[in-house]
Amino acid sequence: MEETALSGKTWVLLNQEGKLIEDIDTDQIYHNSFLHITEIQQMGQYALGNLEGWKDFPQKARPGDILITGRNFGAGSSRQQAVDCFISLKVGLILAPSFGAIYFRNAVNSGFPVLKCPELDELVAQRILETENEIKVDLRSGKGINVSKDRPFDVEPMSAVQYDIFKAGSLFMYGKKTSRDNGK
Amino acid sequence: MGQTVIEKIIQNHTGEEVKPGQIVWMGLDIRSARDFGGPNVVKNYEREFGDAPLADKEKTFFTFDLCVPACSLKYADNQQVCREFAKKKGIKVFDVDSGIGSHVLVEESLAKAGSTVVGTDSHLNILGAVGCFGQGMGDVDITVAFKTGQTWFEVPETLKVVIKGHFDFPASAKDLTLYILKKLGTHKAALKAVEFYGETAQSLSLSGRITLCSMVTEMAGIIGFVPEFSDLSREEAAKLSGSKFSPLQADEDSAYSEELEIDISGIPPQVAAPYSPDNVQDVSDLKGTRIDTGFIGSCTNGRTEDLALAAQILKGRKIKEGVTLKVVPATKRVYEEILEKGILEDLFRGGAIISSPGCSGCAEGHIGLTGKGEVQISTGNRNFAGKQGKGETYLASPAVVAASCLAGQIISPEEL
Ligand code: SF4
Repeated sequence: MEETALSGKTWVLLNQEGKLIEDIDTDQIYHNSFLHITEIQQMGQYALGNLEGWKDFPQKARPGDILITGRNFGAGSSRQQAVDCFISLKVGLILAPSFGAIYFRNAVNSGFPVLKCPELDELVAQRILETENEIKVDLRSGKGINVSKDRPFDVEPMSAVQYDIFKAGSLFMYGKKTSRDNGK
Repeated sequence: MGQTVIEKIIQNHTGEEVKPGQIVWMGLDIRSARDFGGPNVVKNYEREFGDAPLADKEKTFFTFDLCVPACSLKYADNQQVCREFAKKKGIKVFDVDSGIGSHVLVEESLAKAGSTVVGTDSHLNILGAVGCFGQGMGDVDITVAFKTGQTWFEVPETLKVVIKGHFDFPASAKDLTLYILKKLGTHKAALKAVEFYGETAQSLSLSGRITLCSMVTEMAGIIGFVPEFSDLSREEAAKLSGSKFSPLQADEDSAYSEELEIDISGIPPQVAAPYSPDNVQDVSDLKGTRIDTGFIGSCTNGRTEDLALAAQILKGRKIKEGVTLKVVPATKRVYEEILEKGILEDLFRGGAIISSPGCSGCAEGHIGLTGKGEVQISTGNRNFAGKQGKGETYLASPAVVAASCLAGQIISPEEL
């Protein structure tokens, strides 16, 4: 069997009231003053650079870490850098109840794993999921487990399409392998 | 469970049963790039895929419509980059004399009812007017569409809007559209397909459908359809698209995310004030606002019927001294029609400047731009700050724009 699970340590993006921060827009993720940067390696240092309380995220994040955030993550502009800055930091996965439409499209096209987890607010409110927990999520079955607390949870599994692109590495890599013409 | 129009179209292009929220690979009947985005597609393609062939050159096109003919060196270079790539790959270019890409795709019978079309144009969803699923995308997506003939898409939910009542002159399809935009705002239709129903929707002409569907973009929707056609409007669509015309219908038991009714009985002309297309008011509320320029054209209101409406108001009159009126036909075919029908003469004698077909207004370096302090009334679809230069733009119907140019201020045609 092909390994389809990702695991890592969590960062839960909480506000002052201890709730998941919602509607984090692309300017909070990657500010427009750094849009001129084209090297992915240089983008990581600006990740979440405009989000109150999380400006030191680039210093704290370790490769493979998992970001847990509130609904409508990545609302706003179409900038690819708002995805690439996490690739730059080698963040392993982002979980949110929902994502901005273009953000989701950009992440899928970059082969960067993003998963929707409708019960995320619940899990966080009940402290079933906290920062520095070790979690493991299966991308295809949607089965997750908080290893630190030995508690299972569910996410929406990757669609076949998202998984194809993820496996290929990016939409471009996928395009290199495919040339079939489905148009009628 | 039955299916909505968008669900049927996507399902026909995936080979699996689909439902809203599902992400699928979708076959593409047509993929296109314009002079904006096109050069990036070429660059991406050559970097990523080198000499590899396109999935199907017969289904791949360039449509130049933004800066036509090029009036800056940058655009001239960019267009040439696309032409050379096209020559090498054997793809057709609708060059700088053709007009707005989405309209050309309809006139050339390439955007057919029930088909799928993508391109680097955020108003490609205008193709919903002929029952086709058109969608604008970024240059990465379009590059891969050129290469593979497919793209992925998340099947959207559908919102049903039933339009109640009728409108009469001086109100037109644009006023209906602005009124609906005012009612829906930018939230109700966000990320959804919209189906418009009701007798008035059914009897809309093709150009009226184009006006309505083009502004689904401003409603933040994915695409708009007017599935039902009166006999007359069906005949017209068939004639224009030159083929047998059979748009898909939603099943009676299909699931909508929401069903709304909007009553348009007796609406007066509508005007969107700066700086948002949904900042819509009755024309009487803005009466007397000074204007310096008028613009009639764009993918929203650049068809023969739109220009005829303006000509009817200008005929035998002259626009006010000091005011300029710019008219841009959507396509070469529209140009030919206004020439043959004498519409061009009425516009010209009324004081209008008539330019070559294309987008204009929306792109830097083309006609329709405003300077600081300049007030423009336009038939376009967007009036965001800075979009058409530093001035202020009001959005209205061709009739209101023509009348306002005669008066030098915003006015309803019936008050002339
Ligand atoms: S007229 Fe403007 S909005 Fe319409 S397709 Fe052209 S550039 Fe886009």
